[in-house]
Amino acid sequence: MTAVPLRPPRRLLEFTLDGEQTRAPEGATILDACRAAGKDIPTLCQGDTLTPKNACRTCVVEVEGARTLVPACARGAEAGMEIRTDTPRVRHSRKVVLELLASSVDLSTTPGVQDWLKEYGAEPARFGPDAATVNETPRVDNDLYVRDYDKCILCYKCVDACGEQWQNTFAIATAGRGFDARISTEFDAPLTDSACVYCGNCIEVCPTGALSFKTEFDMRADGSWDPSRQTETTTVCAYCGVGCNLTLHVQDNEIVKVSSPHDNPVTHGNLCVKGRFGYQHVQQGRR
Amino acid sequence: MKHRKQRTYDRLTHPLVRDSRAEPFRSASWDEALERAAAGFRAARGAFGMFSCARATNEMNYVAQKFARVVMGTHNVDSCNRTCHAPSVAGLSAAFGSGGGTSSYREVEETDLIVMWGSNARFAHPIFFQHVLRGVRGGARLFAVDPRRTSTAAWADSWLGLNVGTDIPLAHALGREIIHAGLCDEAFIARATTGFDAYRELVEPWTPTAAEKVTGVPAAAIRDLAHAYARAERAQLCWTLGVTEHHNGTDNVRALINLALLTGHVGRYGAGLQPLRGQNNVQGGGDMGAIPDRLPGFQDVRDPAVRHKFEQAWGAELAPRHGLNLTGMFEAMESRELRAVYCVGENPAQSEADAEQAVRRLRRLDFLVVQDIFLTRTAELADVVLPATAAWCETDGTTTNSERRVQRVRKALRPPGDAREDIDILCALAARLGHEWKYAGAEAVWDELRDLSPDHHGMTYPRLEEHQGLQWPCPDERDTGPGYLHGRLWDPDPARRGPPAPFGLVRHDPPVDLTDEDFPLRLTTGRRLDSYNTGVQSGSFASPLRRGEYVELCPEDAASYGVATGDLVRVVSRRGAVEAPVWIDTGLRPGLAFMTMHFPDEVDTNRLTIEANCPIAGTAEFKASAIRIETAVAAGAASAGRS
Repeated sequence: MTAVPLRPPRRLLEFTLDGEQTRAPEGATILDACRAAGKDIPTLCQGDTLTPKNACRTCVVEVEGARTLVPACARGAEAGMEIRTDTPRVRHSRKVVLELLASSVDLSTTPGVQDWLKEYGAEPARFGPDAATVNETPRVDNDLYVRDYDKCILCYKCVDACGEQWQNTFAIATAGRGFDARISTEFDAPLTDSACVYCGNCIEVCPTGALSFKTEFDMRADGSWDPSRQTETTTVCAYCGVGCNLTLHVQDNEIVKVSSPHDNPVTHGNLCVKGRFGYQHVQQGRR
Repeated sequence: MKHRKQRTYDRLTHPLVRDSRAEPFRSASWDEALERAAAGFRAARGAFGMFSCARATNEMNYVAQKFARVVMGTHNVDSCNRTCHAPSVAGLSAAFGSGGGTSSYREVEETDLIVMWGSNARFAHPIFFQHVLRGVRGGARLFAVDPRRTSTAAWADSWLGLNVGTDIPLAHALGREIIHAGLCDEAFIARATTGFDAYRELVEPWTPTAAEKVTGVPAAAIRDLAHAYARAERAQLCWTLGVTEHHNGTDNVRALINLALLTGHVGRYGAGLQPLRGQNNVQGGGDMGAIPDRLPGFQDVRDPAVRHKFEQAWGAELAPRHGLNLTGMFEAMESRELRAVYCVGENPAQSEADAEQAVRRLRRLDFLVVQDIFLTRTAELADVVLPATAAWCETDGTTTNSERRVQRVRKALRPPGDAREDIDILCALAARLGHEWKYAGAEAVWDELRDLSPDHHGMTYPRLEEHQGLQWPCPDERDTGPGYLHGRLWDPDPARRGPPAPFGLVRHDPPVDLTDEDFPLRLTTGRRLDSYNTGVQSGSFASPLRRGEYVELCPEDAASYGVATGDLVRVVSRRGAVEAPVWIDTGLRPGLAFMTMHFPDEVDTNRLTIEANCPIAGTAEFKASAIRIETAVAAGAASAGRS
């Protein structure tokens, strides 16, 4: 009786990528193959620790014989496939997707997106000033992290990280439909009245900065947030004996944010409230 | 719910000294502080003890034990692993000759059955529990054995709510049921174990019905777990302090190990025994020899060949006997055989069971040096206080986690004020006491250790970086290890199979602190998700989950006492009393109360706990005290109790 089968060794598949013969291990996605080949495919909802959600459609590519464009993050590479990543159809689709996203939400803190807007010639302003779908002030209901839904692109990564893929706490889910869809706690309660355990694993996967450390939020507000003055050092958490790897983001000798390497065998990018937020004691009375 | 602000501690930035304990501390230069410390230790040669730090790096622990053994000539070195998992180390090494957990986290994801015994990992080890949940999502069955129906038990297929301190009857009943159902792995037992016949005789009286009477677990649930565990292709047995923090903690661990020996659930991928360690480097501290019976690399002090190797390397003579463990050192303070202590990064004045006794004993010392990042309650008792760096973010080095993975710790922050690194301070003190040690940095210490410890030999810093940590044993530089221990037990060749694992012939011995008419409630202790140990570390961040200390009761007991959530009551044990507000938890059963040790500055739970120690490992019975609740607390006291 073996309820859980061990993984068999993986074969290599052969296919063409932008006209070049390429190989990737069985089970790899088209995106994996593109990245291995050094191609820059824009992604937002894709998470290296999460199951693909196919929500944002910025990573679409053309596969010979397929009626529609396919999301590279979710579609598995298959033997004999002919994949093209830079056709006019692909570029046009990415341009419109980026315009729709950038006109409806605030992408100012989304890494990489400004370059992509330029690269694809996207003009978000052409939909006019009324395109924004959410107009609300950031929700600051606790001292650890902030939810700014003006920046939320509804990629659902936070819901998956909070739910069955990692944390299994289920404090948040999608509420509403269509234009009213948003990420919400039960009955839209403040976090302090929700099931949230403040692990911050939602912040870890958020691609736009809609979820952020309160330190980062406050420092951005007062203009002192400066990634160019920050160092990132990976060390081991000082709480229990599990040995989670922490990446300390330090600016001016102060820890301003904590993340975890996504490829770490202990954490897979996840932490608990102590590892994520429990660093204040080393800074107590420093100044 | 009222959020309470916990006492916070400011970082120490300068050495502190004083001429007598009646005086307040004054700031001093490093030179003066080190000279005083050296003079005090010089005067106490032969009566010296070292508390090393399970929170600091492997390198610091290596240098600390070397300081005790070479500079002070004693094996009296230990750390707080004594208060938590020493029974796991003692039990595992008695059975397998090695004190580490046998499996890797990854194996929990790919096993068929997981038993969490005396462990609320969902709160105390949340990221380990994510591996468990991946196992559960993959189809593994989960069983929780715990007096409380915890948030871990909420994920289990079956919760076995046993009475506190009845782990051995439950384990023996499981063993008996496995034997009677013909489900033991006879080939494995014959080849890889000894003492089976005596074990079978020992467990024979523990029928499921007899065990039900003692443990409170229904016989059907015992049978169900026995059959599921024995029939599983691979099973993981994980435990935490619910098993070890008893006066017979080592016996409890042996009783659990017996189940793995009976079924062959050890030494294979996905099948093993996992004690979840409570501190970031409690595994490494022991591995580095910061324990009284082992030299670095878990090598026995009493082995002449081992001693010879270290004597050659260190240029010092080593006594062929064990030193005192933490418990023994505290007793030796009482008898004045121990007169000076060098306490690095520990807070025994608050973390020891029967805290009042611990403080009284520390006061009896002629000389106490505390090296820490905060002025803890223990540091307040000292003659010299040395400001150290926070190991995990202000120094370079390594720590070793519960799956024996040695991982790199890196310096991310400059330390405050004049604070210095532990190794630096230890070497400066050693120099004043006649031993010039030159280490260019943590890596130089590690390389010295690698030369002396075969299990760590293959782990160079570049390799640790490349592989995101390596698990011991890692004897050579091409090795990445199998991830699990004791695969040798399955080897058909008797020579390679090595010494067989003996069954532990242990008997039920109920908790020392008996419940009676005066003390009718059983108090057990544990952790919450957002807090940690004595709270010095976790009290500083603004956790929205923190609600301070409560005495938690089940709804039935609360009703019989006529108390509701928030009512202030007096909690009285045979040793002391504290005041705490009531919290009602439906996960508790009648007769069972729960408190944490996170808020000792507000409610000192360890005034209630009993210092009844495991004779083998020295761990106290934090998990079982007898208490009563007194409800008539004056209104004035009530407001004073809540700040």
